[in-house]
Amino acid sequence: MVHRNSLTELAAGLRAKTFSSVELVRAFLQRIEAAQPVLNAFISITAEQALAAAAAADRELAAGRGGPLAGVPIAHKDLFCTAGVRTTCGSRMLDNFVSPYDATVVAKLKAAGAINLGKLNMDEFAMGSSNETSWFGPVRNPWNTDFVPGGSSGGSAAAVAARLIPAATATDTGGSIRQPAALCGITGIKPTYGRVSRYGMIAFASSLDQGGVLTTSAADAALMLREMAGFDANDSTSVDAPVPDYVAELDAPLAGVRIGLIKEFVDEGLDRENELRIRDALKVLERLGASLREVSLPNLPRSVPVYYVVAPAECSSNLARYDGVRFGHRCQEPRDLQDLYRRSRGEGFGAEVKRRVMTGTYVLSAGYYDAYYLKAQRVRQLIAADFKRAFGEVDVLVGPTSPTAAFRLGAKTADPITMYLNDIYTIGANLAGLPALSVPCGFVGDLPVGLQVVGPHFAEGRILNVAHRYQRETDWHRRSPERFA
Amino acid sequence: MALTRAQIESIAQLARLELEPAEIPVYQESLSRIIDLVGELDRADTAGVTPMAHPLPGLRQRLRADEVTEQDRHELYQANAPQVAAGLYLVPKVIE
Repeated sequence: MVHRNSLTELAAGLRAKTFSSVELVRAFLQRIEAAQPVLNAFISITAEQALAAAAAADRELAAGRGGPLAGVPIAHKDLFCTAGVRTTCGSRMLDNFVSPYDATVVAKLKAAGAINLGKLNMDEFAMGSSNETSWFGPVRNPWNTDFVPGGSSGGSAAAVAARLIPAATATDTGGSIRQPAALCGITGIKPTYGRVSRYGMIAFASSLDQGGVLTTSAADAALMLREMAGFDANDSTSVDAPVPDYVAELDAPLAGVRIGLIKEFVDEGLDRENELRIRDALKVLERLGASLREVSLPNLPRSVPVYYVVAPAECSSNLARYDGVRFGHRCQEPRDLQDLYRRSRGEGFGAEVKRRVMTGTYVLSAGYYDAYYLKAQRVRQLIAADFKRAFGEVDVLVGPTSPTAAFRLGAKTADPITMYLNDIYTIGANLAGLPALSVPCGFVGDLPVGLQVVGPHFAEGRILNVAHRYQRETDWHRRSPERFA
Repeated sequence: MALTRAQIESIAQLARLELEPAEIPVYQESLSRIIDLVGELDRADTAGVTPMAHPLPGLRQRLRADEVTEQDRHELYQANAPQVAAGLYLVPKVIE
């Protein structure tokens, strides 16, 4: 039952020759194929390439070589470009797009020895909080398949939660790693803006997008992130700073660590049961020697309106590249160039993507730019200043990841605003460029909920340390859905 | 604020999006509500606050040297194009 092992255990088992990479890849591919009709977590399964890469990894391991992840199976969110493999971003627009190059994250994980088993389903262009906007159909939550897995990295989260793979790459623009991690009962980290290269990550909102990872534990997330992070000359916003050994920092004691509970996150929108799980988790951290206080970030409740100006504005600019000329969907028999643009885009984009492109177009249009875009960037500055002030008083901030546990498929699709409010607790970290993670901290009914931990810029090591120490005391992260046992 | 049908049509034209007639009232309703939601920002006092230009304070965008670093790989890139001839992207006739 290799799928019961963590990523760290699998990497060690491969080195100890307890199993081969080919054996592992076969076992996980079998689980992926079996779960696909139920969960729809994958858009593409690259079995042939994976088995060839696994055989090569086994030769490396036999020769005593191979990187830290040599032979370990993973999968990528279908937003990361993979050379020679279809990369769709969950959209009809890119249904036929075969990337000519690897994203830096993909290349780095390949260099570390990881084996890619396929491309994971997601909300179209990462715009959604339930994985229901994908052109390839919704993903289902492995804990209860009538419920959503969260989004936009819903395929990544469902696949890791069902133990179809031990780790998956993901991206987070407003909560797209942390919210599905919470709703699927797994661990997910969004690093500091600029920590992980965005080169080859299909752009949604460039000042917010950041690549990260979903795993079953903070220790596994540390192992993955150590390989994914680092400076990249191909990303002009990549930060040229050394990557610490996150794995080595995991066990640091929590005695004296100052934890701040974000007062504004314990509001009337937070499910009462969910709040109790968060408070239980905080007691565990206090028992480990951390001190707890409540901290107020008064501008944080404005995160959602700021986000729904900034993100659509950047989205409308980034998605202007899909013109039906150089790549992507083209309409049949265009009458003229205008018709080519309008129909290719009208057909290629789904309803939510169109909504955001139009919102962005509106807030950037002549006469509205100052009132909406500049105003939002000013309030964003106030939110960033709130975080800065808070980190003068505490080492990490904590709160819920999402207001509720997972909801039923279709429950929020009719009303975009209700859907947008799912990200109310996660957007702040994106606006301020801060690292943040979610760890499972219990259940509401039969569905998991998550504790969010936010750190100052480049404090990934610290938040992973807090999460790891918490996971040494609890077993929520070891629970997995019975149906996929 | 309620956006009119004409406003939605004009936004769709700016964004080069063909909308089905039935989609227009749907976007009228949802975009109006989104504009109301973001309208809350008016209540924030931002006097003297500089708009945030980069998520990492003090960091400036790097520029690289103005040198040719790319190789000619147009055949590979154009393999994804809907219509190509003689190394050129084809579009409907623009000039009669």
